[in-house]
Amino acid sequence: MRANTREGLFHYITLFAALGLIALVLGIFLVVTMQAAPAWRAFGVTFLTTSIWDPMRNEFGVVPALLGTLATAVLALAVATPLSIGAAVFLSEIVPQRLRRPLSFMVELLAAVPSVVYGLWGLFVLAPWLRTGLGQFLAEHLGFLPVFAGPSLGIGVLTASLVLAIMVMPTITAISGEVMRAVPTELREAMFALGATRWEVVTKVILPSSKPGIVGAILLGLGRAIGEAIAVTMVIGNANLIPVSLLAPAQTMASLIVNEFPEAFDLHLSALLLLATLLFLITLAINLIAAWFFYRPSQTAEVAVKGSLWAKLLRKGT
Amino acid sequence: MTNLRKRKVAGQVFETLCVLAAGLAILVLSLILYYVFRRGLAVVNISFLTSLPAPVGVTGGGIGNALLGSLLMVGVGALIAVPICIAAAVFLDQNPTSKISAFARFASRVLSGVPSMVIGLFVFGQLVLRTGSYSALAGGIALSIVMVPVITLSAEEMLRLVPSSQREASMALGATKQQTVFRLILPGAAGGLIVGVMLAIALAAGQTAPVLLTALTSRFWLNSLFQPTASLPVLIYHYATSPFVDWQAHAWGAALVLVAVILVLNVTAQLVLGLSNRRR
Repeated sequence: MRANTREGLFHYITLFAALGLIALVLGIFLVVTMQAAPAWRAFGVTFLTTSIWDPMRNEFGVVPALLGTLATAVLALAVATPLSIGAAVFLSEIVPQRLRRPLSFMVELLAAVPSVVYGLWGLFVLAPWLRTGLGQFLAEHLGFLPVFAGPSLGIGVLTASLVLAIMVMPTITAISGEVMRAVPTELREAMFALGATRWEVVTKVILPSSKPGIVGAILLGLGRAIGEAIAVTMVIGNANLIPVSLLAPAQTMASLIVNEFPEAFDLHLSALLLLATLLFLITLAINLIAAWFFYRPSQTAEVAVKGSLWAKLLRKGT
Repeated sequence: MTNLRKRKVAGQVFETLCVLAAGLAILVLSLILYYVFRRGLAVVNISFLTSLPAPVGVTGGGIGNALLGSLLMVGVGALIAVPICIAAAVFLDQNPTSKISAFARFASRVLSGVPSMVIGLFVFGQLVLRTGSYSALAGGIALSIVMVPVITLSAEEMLRLVPSSQREASMALGATKQQTVFRLILPGAAGGLIVGVMLAIALAAGQTAPVLLTALTSRFWLNSLFQPTASLPVLIYHYATSPFVDWQAHAWGAALVLVAVILVLNVTAQLVLGLSNRRR
C-alpha cells in the first residue's frame, strides 16, 4: 500500500514537470501577446506599414526594423550557405579520416562561442577593416548605385550581415555535415564501384539524399540570424532608417528592443512587446518548417535525424 | 579532351572549391579566437579577475563582480532548471507515446527556437517591472528558461539509451517503476545527463540579452539576490560600446575569460561523453 502511494507520487511529480514545460511555453506566448495587445489595439496594421518610430509622440511604425531584420538575415544566409555547405562536404567527404574528428569538433566549439564575443570582434576588428577596405572601395567605385551609397562608416547593414554570417556558419556546417555523414557508406561504395568520381558521388547521391536535413539546417541558421540581438546591436549603427545602402546604419527588431527597453513604459513598452511577439511568431514558423524538413522521410537514405539530431542542434545555441 | 578527363577536371575544380570554403570558414573563425586570446591576454591577470571595475580614467580595475554575478545567476538557473527538466525527461522516457509527452517535446522544441531576447523581455515584464527592480534572481530565472530545452531534450535522449532489456530485467525482478528509474535508468544515464547539463550551463553563461533585460548590471560586489547584478556578457557589451579605451581593452579581457570557461565546459563535456560511451 505504502509503496503504491509513493509510486503514484513519483508519477505525478514527473507528470507535473512535463506539464510545467508545456505551461511555460504557452505562458510565455500568452503573456507576451497580452502585453502587446494595447499596442495592437492602438495602431493595428499601421504598426506594420509605417516607418516613424517616435516614443515621445507615441508613434510606432516598424517598417525600417522589419526590413532591417530581413535584409541582414537574408544577406547573412546568402554569404554563409555556400561556404557552410562547401565546408560540410569537405568535412564529411573529402578530409582524411584522421583530421575529421578534430576539425568537426572545432566547428562545434565555434558554435558555442557567445554572440557578444562575435559582436566585440565585429566592432573592433571587422568594422575598421570594412571602413577602410571593402566599404571604402564600394563607396568610391560603386557609390553611384543606391545599395553602395557611401560614406563608408564601418558599422551598418553590411557589417551586421557579415557578423551574422560568421555566427551561423558553424551551425549550418555542423548540422549539414552530420546529415551527410548519415548517408550509408554502401551507397558511396556502390557509386565508386560504378566508376563515379568523388564529385559525382557528392552531387548525385550525398546532396540529394541529405537535402531535407540541409534545408532544415539553413532554416535553423535563418531563425538564429533573425532572433540575434546583441551582436547585431553592436555593429548595425542603430538608426531608424529603411535599409537601402549596405553601408548605411539601420536597425533590426531585436536591436530595437535592446536599445529601448530600459526607458520603455505603457504604450512604448507594449509596442516593444508587439515586436517580441512578431519575433516569436516568425521564428516559430521557421522552426516548424525546419522540423518538417528534418522529419520528412527521405527516399534514398534514411537520414539519421530521428531526434538525436535535435539534441545536437540545441547545443549549437539559440 | 576525353569524357573521363572532363569529369575528372570538373571534380577537381569542385573539390578545390570545397576545400577553399572550409579553409575560409576555419580561417575566419580562428581569427576571432586569435583576437580574443591576443587582446585578452594583454589585460588578464589575478587582480583583473578579482577586483571591482575602476571608474573612468582610473587605471586598473577588473571584472571580479561580473565573474561572481555570472556564476551566481548561472547557478540559480541550473538549480531551477535541472531537477524540473530531468523529471520531465523521466516522464517523456516512461510515457514515450502519451499525448502529454508529444506536447512537452513540441513545447521544448519551440522554446529552443525562441530568441533568447524574447525570454528576457518576458521575465522583464513579469518580474522586473512587478518587483520594481532588476535582480540576480530574475537573471537566474531567465537563464533557467534558456536552459530548459537543452537539458530536457538531451536528457530524454540519454535516458532512452538505457536498453529495454535491462528495464525488463529490473521489472521482472519485481522492482517498481520508481525503483527502476532511480536504481537503473538514472545511474545508467548519469554521464549523458551531466553532459547535457554542462552544455546548457555553457550556453547560459554566454547569454547577453536575457541577463541584460533582467539583471542589468552593477559596479559593486553583489550582496543580495534582489539587486541589479553584473555579469560577464553584459559587461563585455557595455564596455565594448563605451567610448573609453581602457574599458574597451577590459571587454577583450572579459571575453577571453568567458570564452575560456565555455570552451573548457564543452571540451570536458565531450570527454565525459567519450568516457561514458566506452563504459557502455
